[in-house]
Amino acid sequence: MTSILDGAARTLDASELAAVRADFPLLARTLRGGRPLVYLDSGATSQKPEVVLDAEQDFYGQRNAAVHRGAHQLAEEATEAFEDARDRVASFVGVSPGSLVWTSNATAGINLVAYAMSNASLGRGGAAARQFALGPGDEIVVTAAEHHANLVPWQELALRTGATLRWLGVDDDGRIRVDELDTVVTERTKVLAFTHASNVTGAITPVEPFVARARAVGALTVLDACQSVPHLPVDLTALGVDFAAFSGHKMLGPTGVGALYGRRELLEAMPPVTTGGSMVEVVTMESTTYAPPPQRFEAGTQMVAQTVGMGAAASYLAELGMDAVAAHEAHLARLLLDAVASVPGVRVIGPTDTRDRLATVSFVVDGVHAHDVGQVLDDAGVAVRVGHHCAQPLHRRFGVASTSRASAAVYTTNEEIEVFREALTGVRAFFGLEVS
Amino acid sequence: MSTGSMEQLYQQVILDHAKFPHGKGLGAAADLHLHTGESHQVNPTCGDEVTLQVDLDDTGVVRDVRWDGQGCSISQASVSVLHDLVVGNDLATVDQLGGTFRALMQTRGNGLDDEAEDALGDATAFTGVAKYPARIKCALLGWAALTDALIKTGARENS
Repeated sequence: MTSILDGAARTLDASELAAVRADFPLLARTLRGGRPLVYLDSGATSQKPEVVLDAEQDFYGQRNAAVHRGAHQLAEEATEAFEDARDRVASFVGVSPGSLVWTSNATAGINLVAYAMSNASLGRGGAAARQFALGPGDEIVVTAAEHHANLVPWQELALRTGATLRWLGVDDDGRIRVDELDTVVTERTKVLAFTHASNVTGAITPVEPFVARARAVGALTVLDACQSVPHLPVDLTALGVDFAAFSGHKMLGPTGVGALYGRRELLEAMPPVTTGGSMVEVVTMESTTYAPPPQRFEAGTQMVAQTVGMGAAASYLAELGMDAVAAHEAHLARLLLDAVASVPGVRVIGPTDTRDRLATVSFVVDGVHAHDVGQVLDDAGVAVRVGHHCAQPLHRRFGVASTSRASAAVYTTNEEIEVFREALTGVRAFFGLEVS
Repeated sequence: MSTGSMEQLYQQVILDHAKFPHGKGLGAAADLHLHTGESHQVNPTCGDEVTLQVDLDDTGVVRDVRWDGQGCSISQASVSVLHDLVVGNDLATVDQLGGTFRALMQTRGNGLDDEAEDALGDATAFTGVAKYPARIKCALLGWAALTDALIKTGARENS
């Protein structure tokens, strides 16, 4: 992986950034007391550009019909919109549309893989699916940096199958211990699930050694790409992972939709998870044969309008250029780190250098609980996330129950980070603590 | 730079209780009375937690409340104020205080009538919390632990 700072990537100039912001209606609103909004919670969910809102509205207003069934014109148009969105999202992450499964969110995507493996462990899917089967003696490896969404499904899979869950540690900078790959990932490892970028520390994982080690021992890789896809150029084919999950709502798209990438030959061999309509070939009272992927994993009526919105979001980002997005956000990462470093009594949980990190900065204000930090920032119109960010083990690793997190996106400005910095400066003083 | 709403939310009483909490520190097993109940409550959204022990005498009066926990100033101050309010009161009064405090949290910051506020004393300082729906759970964490701990004393079974 190359650092986003290495390249001479073009960033967004002031007028381009102003134009981007004008695309997001919500960014123009004010809060209590008429304060302008400073939205630094894009790591939780991003705001949506008008083209995404329009795409959903247009779908319901002009083309709404059931997809992949019915011979009328509307059904054709709706199906075309649905599959066109799949093409856009697949192309955005460098994969073929046939290897991209719609899911309701990224959590559902990771669970889909875990439950398919569970079903394979029960013998479903026959000989072709035996590669997904787990049992006692097998191991699942995750990391201590995971969001609960890429941890709990694997804990559960281990409990259902008798496999053992192991994990890679995290160093003092919040980076995953790549040096532990050789000892923790072994011939017993069947799955290696890891995040592409931490939603807490902002650290970007070097995918290459993970994939290399997994291949060497014959383990499948599952990448949580929720935080990387909205902020970095991501080519899942080039990364060489077996599965990857990401969500629409963090990449400027709607809620209620996400995508699971799986290498085509793996998806073809994988047994279904949710069963019912739309995912079958022939159904008799005795038995059923299943549709090829991706339909095999898309049972029931799909969230068509949301997929269309997610497709529009992918096109919007592609048009801006992910190199430019990443370069802009690398600059924001520097500003955020500088802002936090300039305030006495505040320390970062995660890397303090900009190498291989997102503009996602979690921090602790000594003597002030994150909830109270968030409240004072909110009073200045600054929206940050407070709490454990769905990563309790990672917080425990750093001896804290909660942190505050400022996370930027393509529409974030220098001025917003300055408002954040000023508000942060007042936090310790407000609670009667020393500020020098 | 503040709009003044921060001072309304974080009244001095709250900041003082958060800094110098009352009743903090759990009792050892040997100290525990026959009618002691303990409860551990967590706020899953922020990871705040409190463990609270309540000790009743034979007549059903709260002899002591001890607690430990970690969390934001609102949650910690609220348990401290709870300690001061309920120690020395009988169960009926404690229930009434709990009910009044919960009612205060539903007022969106408008407060209750004078009689109710007199009964709550320092706890009326939490009036401003009710303006921030996300923080109401912080203020109620200790009260949830008290309710559960009182059930565990067994004193409720006959009432």
